[in-house]
Formats: sequence, structure tokens, C-alpha cells
Amino acid sequence: MTRDRAAAHPIANVDAAAAPLGVPLAPEPAPEREVGARAEERVAVATQWQLMWWRFRKHRLAVGGTLVLAAFYVVAIFADFFAYVDPQESDAQRSLMGPQPIHWMDEGSFRPYVHALKGTRDPVTFKRVYVADTSVKIPVRFFGHGEPYALLGFIPADRHLFTVEGAKPSESLFLMGTDMQGRDLWSRLMYATRTSMTIGLVSVAISLVLGVVLGGVSGYLGGLIDTVIQRIIEILRSIPTIPLWMGLAAAVPASWSPQQVYFAITIIISLIGWTELARVVRGRFISLKEEDFVMAAELIGCSRTRIIFRHMVPSFVSHIIAATTLAVPAIIISETSLSFLGLGLRPPAISWGVLLQDAQNIQALVISPWLLIPSFAVIVAVLGFNFMGDGIRDAADPYL
Amino acid sequence: MLAYVVRRLLLAVLTVWAISVLSFMIIHLPPGDYVTSYIASMSASGSAVSEGEAEALREQLGLNKPITVQYAKWMGLILQGNFGMAMEWGRPVTDVIGDRLTLTIVISVAAIVFTWALALPIGIYSAVYPYSFLDYVFTFVGFIGLAVPGFLLALIVMYVGFAWFGANVGGLFSPDFADAPWSLARAWDLTKHLPIPAIVLGVAGTAQLIRIMRSNLLDELRKPYVITARARGLPEHRVVLKYPVRVALNPFVSTIGYLLPYVVSGSIIVSLVLSLPTVGPLLLKALIAQDMFLAGTIVLLLGVLTVVGTFVSDLLLMWVDPRIRLGRQ
Repeated sequence: MTRDRAAAHPIANVDAAAAPLGVPLAPEPAPEREVGARAEERVAVATQWQLMWWRFRKHRLAVGGTLVLAAFYVVAIFADFFAYVDPQESDAQRSLMGPQPIHWMDEGSFRPYVHALKGTRDPVTFKRVYVADTSVKIPVRFFGHGEPYALLGFIPADRHLFTVEGAKPSESLFLMGTDMQGRDLWSRLMYATRTSMTIGLVSVAISLVLGVVLGGVSGYLGGLIDTVIQRIIEILRSIPTIPLWMGLAAAVPASWSPQQVYFAITIIISLIGWTELARVVRGRFISLKEEDFVMAAELIGCSRTRIIFRHMVPSFVSHIIAATTLAVPAIIISETSLSFLGLGLRPPAISWGVLLQDAQNIQALVISPWLLIPSFAVIVAVLGFNFMGDGIRDAADPYL
Repeated sequence: MLAYVVRRLLLAVLTVWAISVLSFMIIHLPPGDYVTSYIASMSASGSAVSEGEAEALREQLGLNKPITVQYAKWMGLILQGNFGMAMEWGRPVTDVIGDRLTLTIVISVAAIVFTWALALPIGIYSAVYPYSFLDYVFTFVGFIGLAVPGFLLALIVMYVGFAWFGANVGGLFSPDFADAPWSLARAWDLTKHLPIPAIVLGVAGTAQLIRIMRSNLLDELRKPYVITARARGLPEHRVVLKYPVRVALNPFVSTIGYLLPYVVSGSIIVSLVLSLPTVGPLLLKALIAQDMFLAGTIVLLLGVLTVVGTFVSDLLLMWVDPRIRLGRQ
């Protein structure tokens, strides 16, 4: 897979020939070859990171995925700006409202507004129905003042992406509808993005440490230690993870605070996630050990630590980044699945899995399909990480 | 060859042991022990357990002994086929699990068969016609398949079935057969209900296998012997199917070992959404009720099942791959 992609990249081919010699390939002086020759020279003198970046840039899906992820993390950081109400504010009078249409144009000019909604109970089905009162127009404003919050946790602010004029947003604005308890789904989704996107990062960081240390030790030392670590990895990989996670997660005491549960779940997920990373690191260590530059470093008397951190690690950092990126989606799916079952994060914590718990009941889902909206966030985030990881992995070997 | 089998067998035994320790940990992790939860469940139903009775029960179960002794005792009981009592049900664990384990196996195997049946032809097609329109379509669908968690796919299938066709697509049996004893008609009923869970479970694995098959076969098709075969005028289907596909198939077989834990894992969550009578819903209920003997046993049985399956796939690999059969390192 990697190899056939590499063949499709012209830069990679030039490189493969030029790199070992360190000189540009046949720079013909003919004027029409001038541009090409200059490009080749540029390739020959480029650093490894530059080569990787050029190659990554060509992978359109990867660039797209990266941009989408960047947007997700902007939402995660500024969740309180994107949300317009408190995600916990509930009101039984507003339970299970459908997404509210925004009218963008008002009398020919761009002035978005929404209609006020009135809830009544259907006398036949006893279902709450909401009717738009078309006589009342509530203007929607961008970057208006709303509920105060602390930006980045310490800067006092009160601007929100959306606000309404002349009414409380909690009573009039429902971009994605509300859940059973009448909490605004849009605002909850913003906060859930923060939780779910960070839990992936924290977990992957723990897995990374475990994977690099154990994989590195295994690959560099070899022998008995290698065998033992490899067997442990094999055993861990042949255990069905979800029942195990469920068992461990269920043992998290009910009395713990949401923060404690968050960290417990993070650790449980990363305890099994490190094996793939360890495998990659070990593989790189073993192949690099045979390289001439490592032997040269050994011969001039470099210490082992220096060889590892100064000579070996820089040449496979890119591979680790790729493997790490590809590990995040699995973690996000695990957290979402566990929380969906009610064994992961628990309310009042908000994550994608917690939101999807409301969609567990198929009857409820048919009546209010907007409860499935958070699932799009999960799918898009996972796709984004997969595309970005694939792009990095293909770019990681500029000399391939 | 013998060395290979022995090595695999040893690893399988080691894995089973590791799983048993983990299951034991799960049983013992929550605060309190079996007796405290037993007392709680008894007093909930109105009958009290005296201090002396509790002590006697602890003595009988060996709960006042060090943890290693307890583990040995537990293992001893399990080896005799005694898995303890499921508290919530007041019946032996084996009774409660009953058919559910068999059905879990049936669903997992069905999912893997589905994965294979789909991944093999698509993988070959994508490798023979790389960068074709259909190749891109399969790659795209595969990416989506990888990105959608099993439970979500199950939810969507349920939703579509319910909202568009007005049918409940969950379950493994029609109501008539749900509690009926095994018969040919019941087995046929099961077969009719099997495709949806199998597809839901198999999609992610299929996407992975297609990618593996495609890249393996692509590498193989570039080798000189393929060109030679073509130059000598072999028909194209023989050029592809006779040798390169066979070689590319080896890693395909070995992935079963990785696929199985994944599918068994997935079956737990998918069963919950599609309300399939597998061990999945039972496990969740047991965990929520803190019925740790039942939960630990289920984790143990699922783990052992997976290890056995992996071992079988290792033997299968030996049968397919002469390099292993003939003992080359």
C-alpha cells in the first residue's frame, strides 16, 4: 500500500535516487529544463521534515482530515463560546424539541431570525408538540453578548457565536433540538466535543509512553526481555477488549467525581491501547540497529543513551507520530462505546457517548431522530484521524 | 511443524491463564466481597442473614484466606465446571448463561464468514484494477466502515428498519421460536435472522481485510513470475488466481487471530443494541448489578473462546502456508 502510493509521487522517486548521493539528479542546462532542475535541487537540499511536509500536502484527504480535526479542536478549546446556554440547564417544558429552522433572510436582507415556539400536548398521543408562532420573530445575532464564562478557564468573557436579541437563548434558540430533559443539544454537543476529543489525547499520551518505553526496550535490548514483552503483547491482543473494559470500568466506584471517573476511564483504555505503538517502535528499533550510522556512532564511543536519543529516535519520530495519530480513533470509539453502555463517563459529564445514551431506545429514536446527531461528530472525527494518520504514515518515509 | 504447534499451544495456555487472572481481578475489584453483596441481596428480598451465617459462608467460600489461595480455590472449582452462583438470578452461573454462549459463537463465526466472503473478491478486484472507479468506491466505503463504531451501525440499522420498513430487525428468533427447544425449524429461523447482526459486526473487519488483501496482492502482482506467466500466454484469470492470490492469502488467514477478539468484543455491544440473546446483555446486567461472579465468568469464557478460536486459526495457517508446515523459521 505504502509502496504503490510512493510510486505515484514524483518527488519520492527523484528522492530515492538523489538522497544517497546528496546531489541533484542530472541537472541538464537546457533552458526548458531549468525549472525542473531547480525543483530537484530544492528536493536534494530539503530537510527531512520539509520533504515530509511536501509529501503530506499532496495527500488531499489527509489535508482535509487535518483541517476538520483542527476545527474540532477549536470547538473543544472554545466550547463555551460556541455553546449559547448552560449544557446542564434542563426544563421539562421543553423536552424533545426538534431542531429549529433558522430563517436567514428577513424582508430581502440578511437578518437571521427564529420563530418563538409554543409547546402543547397532543390530546390523542400525549406527545408534546411544538408549534412555531410565526407572528413573533426573534433575531439571531452572531458574536453577541450572552451568559458570562471564563475563556480558556481564566479570561472573563460573555460573547457567544450565536445569541438572540430580546429573549433568553435558553428559551428561544434550539439549533439541534433538545433531549428528554429539555437540555439544548447544540450546546451539549459543544461540551461533549471537548471531553471526547481530549480523552483521546490524554489516553494516547499514556499509551505512547508505555509503547515507546516497552517497545524501545524490547527492540533495543532484544533477547529474553524482548521475548517476554512480545509474549505479553500477544496475550493482550488476543483478549477481547470490550468485555474486559466493561469489567474494569464497572469497578470504578459510583461515588467518584466526574474528574476521577474521567481519569480512571482514560487509564483503563490506554492500558490495552499501547500494544500497537510498542510494535511499531520495536520494529523501527530493530531495523535501525543494523544501520551503518548506528554502528559508526557506537565505534566512536557514543554512550547508549546518546545513540538512542540523538541518533535513533529522530529517524523514527515521524513513524511514531503516524502510529499515534492512527491510535486516537480507536480510543475515541472505545470511550464512546463504554459511555454509551453507561459504564464509561457518567452524567453530569458530557461526552459523545453520554449524549448517544439517549438514543439507545429505538422507539425514542424514531420519534426524535435528532438525538443521533452526535454520532456524526464521532464518525467525522474518526475519519479525520484516519485520513491524517494515513497521510503522515505515507509521508513519514520520504526516502522510500 | 511440531515445534510450531507446541509454541502456539503454550502461548494459548499462557493467555488463558492471564485471562483467568484478569477475570479474577474483575470479580474482586469492587469493594466488599461475595458475601456482603449476598447479604445485601438477601435483605433486599426481605430475609436477613445473621453474622454467624455470614462468617460460615465466608469460611465455606474461603473468602477469609489470602488472595492467592482464593484464586487457586476459584480455579479449582472452575476446572470442575462449577462457576458459582449468579446472585441476581439465584441459579448457577452455567444455567443462566445456557445457550447464550453458543449463540455468541454462532454470531461471531457468521460475522467472520461474511467478512471473508466479501473481503476476498473485493480485495482481489481492487488489486487487479487499482485506482479504478470501483477501487475508489470500495476504499471510500471501507473508510466509512472503519469509522463507524459497531453500536452506531447497529443503531442506524435498527432505525432504518423501524422508521422505513416498520419492522423490528433486532433479535435472533421470531417470537414463536424464542423459547422453543432446539429443532430444525428453530435453526432455520435463526439462519434467517443471522445476516443483519453478521453484517453489522463484520463491516469494520471487512474494510480492514480488503485493505490488507489489496496491498498484499498488489505487491505480489508486480513480481517477475507474474510477468513470465503472462508472457507465456496464460489466461488472465489463471495468472491472477493460481499463484499470486494464493500467496497473498497467507496473511489473510493469520489475521483471523486478530479478527476474532475484535468480533467477539464487538458482538457484546452490538447484541445490546439489537437485543440479541448472546452473553452481551447478560454481562452488562451483571456488571450493573455488581454480580461479579457472573460477570467474571462471562469475561473468562469469552476470553477462552477467543483463545481457542485463535489457536484453530493458527492450525489453519499451518495447513495453508507450507513455509510454516515445513518448519522454516
